[in-house]
Amino acid sequence: MKTAEITELLNEPACTHNRTEKSGCARTRPGATAGGCSFDGAQIALLPIADVAHIVHGPIACAGASWDNRGARSSGPTLYRIGMTTDLTEQDVIMGRGEKRLFLAIKQAIDDYAPKAVFVYATCVPALIGDDLEAVARAASERWGVPVVPVDCAGFYGTKNLGNRIAGEAMFKYVIGRREPEPLPAVALRPGIRVHDVNLIGEYNIAGEFWYVAPLFDELGLRILCTLSGDARFHEVQTMHRAQASMVVCAKALLNVARKLEADFGVPFFEGSFYGVSDTSQAFRDFARLLGDADLAARTEAMITREEARIRAALEPWRARLAGKRVLLYTGGVKSWSVVSALQDLGMTVVATGTNKSTEEDKARIRELMGDATRMITDGSPKALLQACKDYRADILIAGGRNLYTALKARIPFLDINQEREFGYAGYDGMLELVRQLALTLESPVWRKVRAPAPWAAKQAADQAPPVRGGSDG
Amino acid sequence: MAEVLKRAKPLTVNPLKASQPIGAALAFLGMRRAIPMLHGSQGCTAFGKVFLVRHFREPIPLQTTAMDQVSSIMSADENVIEGLRVLCEKNSPELIGLPTTGLSETQGCDVQRLVREFRARHPEFSATAVVPVNTPDYSGCLESGFALAVEAIIDTLVPDSAGRCLAGRRPRQVNVLASSMLTPGDIEAIKAWIEAFGLQPLVLPDIGDSLDGHLVDQDTSPLMLGGTSTGDLATLGEAAATLVIGRSLQRAADLLKTRSGVPDYRFDHLLGLDAGDAFTLALAEISGQPVPASVDRQRAQLQDAMVDTHFMTGFLRVAIAGDPDLLLALGQFLHGVGAEIVAAVAAARSEVLAELPAASVRIGDLEDLEREARAHRAQLMVANSHAVPSAERLQLPLLRAGFPQYDWVGGYARTWVGYRGARQALFDVANLFLGNHHDTPVHRSIYRVGSESGSLHQAPFDAGLVRQ
Repeated sequence: MKTAEITELLNEPACTHNRTEKSGCARTRPGATAGGCSFDGAQIALLPIADVAHIVHGPIACAGASWDNRGARSSGPTLYRIGMTTDLTEQDVIMGRGEKRLFLAIKQAIDDYAPKAVFVYATCVPALIGDDLEAVARAASERWGVPVVPVDCAGFYGTKNLGNRIAGEAMFKYVIGRREPEPLPAVALRPGIRVHDVNLIGEYNIAGEFWYVAPLFDELGLRILCTLSGDARFHEVQTMHRAQASMVVCAKALLNVARKLEADFGVPFFEGSFYGVSDTSQAFRDFARLLGDADLAARTEAMITREEARIRAALEPWRARLAGKRVLLYTGGVKSWSVVSALQDLGMTVVATGTNKSTEEDKARIRELMGDATRMITDGSPKALLQACKDYRADILIAGGRNLYTALKARIPFLDINQEREFGYAGYDGMLELVRQLALTLESPVWRKVRAPAPWAAKQAADQAPPVRGGSDG
Repeated sequence: MAEVLKRAKPLTVNPLKASQPIGAALAFLGMRRAIPMLHGSQGCTAFGKVFLVRHFREPIPLQTTAMDQVSSIMSADENVIEGLRVLCEKNSPELIGLPTTGLSETQGCDVQRLVREFRARHPEFSATAVVPVNTPDYSGCLESGFALAVEAIIDTLVPDSAGRCLAGRRPRQVNVLASSMLTPGDIEAIKAWIEAFGLQPLVLPDIGDSLDGHLVDQDTSPLMLGGTSTGDLATLGEAAATLVIGRSLQRAADLLKTRSGVPDYRFDHLLGLDAGDAFTLALAEISGQPVPASVDRQRAQLQDAMVDTHFMTGFLRVAIAGDPDLLLALGQFLHGVGAEIVAAVAAARSEVLAELPAASVRIGDLEDLEREARAHRAQLMVANSHAVPSAERLQLPLLRAGFPQYDWVGGYARTWVGYRGARQALFDVANLFLGNHHDTPVHRSIYRVGSESGSLHQAPFDAGLVRQ
């Protein structure tokens, strides 16, 4: 990939990060960098497409440490969970046999697993030795009659976020717009309900959480033409251009897809989230608004009234247990304010929140929700986070999996809010799982036991006689 | 004995292998106040970190030289020097491990020269040891990367004392070179085993002390707590003996022996009665002490378990996959209790593979394991967590061993070695077999009368219950 192309992706015009002085994606510093690479980001964005063979072209490091590592669920095919890599050897690198191996690897995947398409992810080593991914993909596709999509996402191109955009770009360039949607199945037609086609972009169905929300789409007559990429199929991605509206879910990463769908095919989009009662309702309202269907809007309001009443009643017993608990929230971007409102719904107090990845717009939203006194944390190092927990007397840290053991080692209750988690929190019913997990960790009897010193510790300290083990030899 | 079959497919499906830099990082994590920094793109480190965190359920210090597009093409030399400087300045580690990756190796960086340059430019950080090691992703596996790092630690930090006849100056000290097949639980057991003979173990690298998972008073640390102290490495040359566990450490052991002049005892593994006996004998010889009664008792307990479980382990058709040292250990152990190794897959090549008690062993992936296991009607699978879907498809019980074990709590703490470890492994193998026992298919005679027809399809557990 050329530098100019990377710069263009970094300067995503729809991303509000780019409207401030700080550019969208920061450069990395040796010895002081955390987070994944572009390959990581691209793979995360596309791997949930379930009927595709995902081949990682590179040495074992890239696939070996990352395959079958994500919580995205499929309602059908499980091919996406089969790890595939060209596992390049020293000879491949020295002799330049990478392209040939890739070509044959694609054949092997097609012969053995009959995928609907093959996605090939380039990594650092083939990018450096100059393997022509696009040419191999084209040749393989012509030879074996299965779409082969090159995703040029070498890790050294940049961050995970850039990788997300590269993935979106590849979908736009090679997949979207190549097929017309299937006609609506007769059994799904209901009198009086006009069906609208919509896209969800950046929703990954982690732990199957989207299935909490999906039935409501059916109820309202919203056909999800494609989710990019939770529980998606290749042919669905091909039809995304025919949607009447898109929702960008909880992330800036795939904004480029939404923006290009709007620019090239006139598909309007909005940014939203399914975390929390009010945001979930807002998402449905935004769809109704973009689709401009008065009847849909009325049915949406009725559904929201019903669902909110139901879930508030179900949450009531939990509110008493969680109200007043102090939360330190450290997560990126849109999720910050989205989760803040979910927690406030429960009567919890968010004492501080991370805003590292948030835009000015996100921050304004947080201030609106939490008041001007809100503490915004920018230093996400374990030490700083723990200090913040102490300073603000937080009862619980809610953050990504990366900070799980930071909290546990410091004996602090923790809730995982990022993509690797094992529980779904989306939609109205996801809130029930969220409160259960919150109460589970907050109320756990283990904290008292692990915070108390050993019964003999005080006496031994008083005796000033720490036990001496062994002794020097000699 | 075993025919070693080379990789035969262009595409690796369901990889078994983890890469060399992760293995090297793991070895460095067994060093006190250490932090490894992979020389590559930030993803190399991010993936490695997640891999290790999920296995050990511990925070893992791991940094990156963060090669980007410009430095990948022009030169990343400054990234290395800057990364070392930043780490020294921020955390003053005792040791920084510096493994290369596929990216930096393809670029052709000379990491040893860069460390010399760092030394020259930043004499103020001389208290921090820096150990560079070449570990390209496109060769070897986790085990070989680990071994290369151990060799590099010795090469960089162990003084040449062979000519000074220091060996034995610390008559009770025993050095242990521990391969990546050993878990923190194993290392603990090995230390206790050695201490039972009145000897003092110095383990290199000691992940038993750093990655055993224990809560400490300190809330957080940017460096590894516990592990082998760099200062102690100077005493390696004064030990009575060195115990080397795992063939992958052959070269590291040769180097240590040359450097230190300390005699060594080498073991392929410590799994099962025979391996346990060889180790026990060596300890008796080194210490000049009789075998303690407690060790004898544990041995007798293992023998009892061998007798009790031989009905389940005998003729048991087992499919195993792992890095070479572990594969040999598991293979010899299970074969030694009557099991048959019907499928064996290794992550990478090694001389030990030919010694596996099996007809053949393939350098391959978990797809190979699944196919071989199916073809040879295996009854038990022994492999890492990635094999779970394969085992489910074949409806086989899975005994988790090796890296990574992310769907399973406590894999890192499991003790395989020694008489106790072997006894527990036998219990587990036997129980997995019993829990997955397949009965003879039912035959219903054409002459039997009654109204049971169709009841074959009834749930077997309703047992005549007519009202819920």
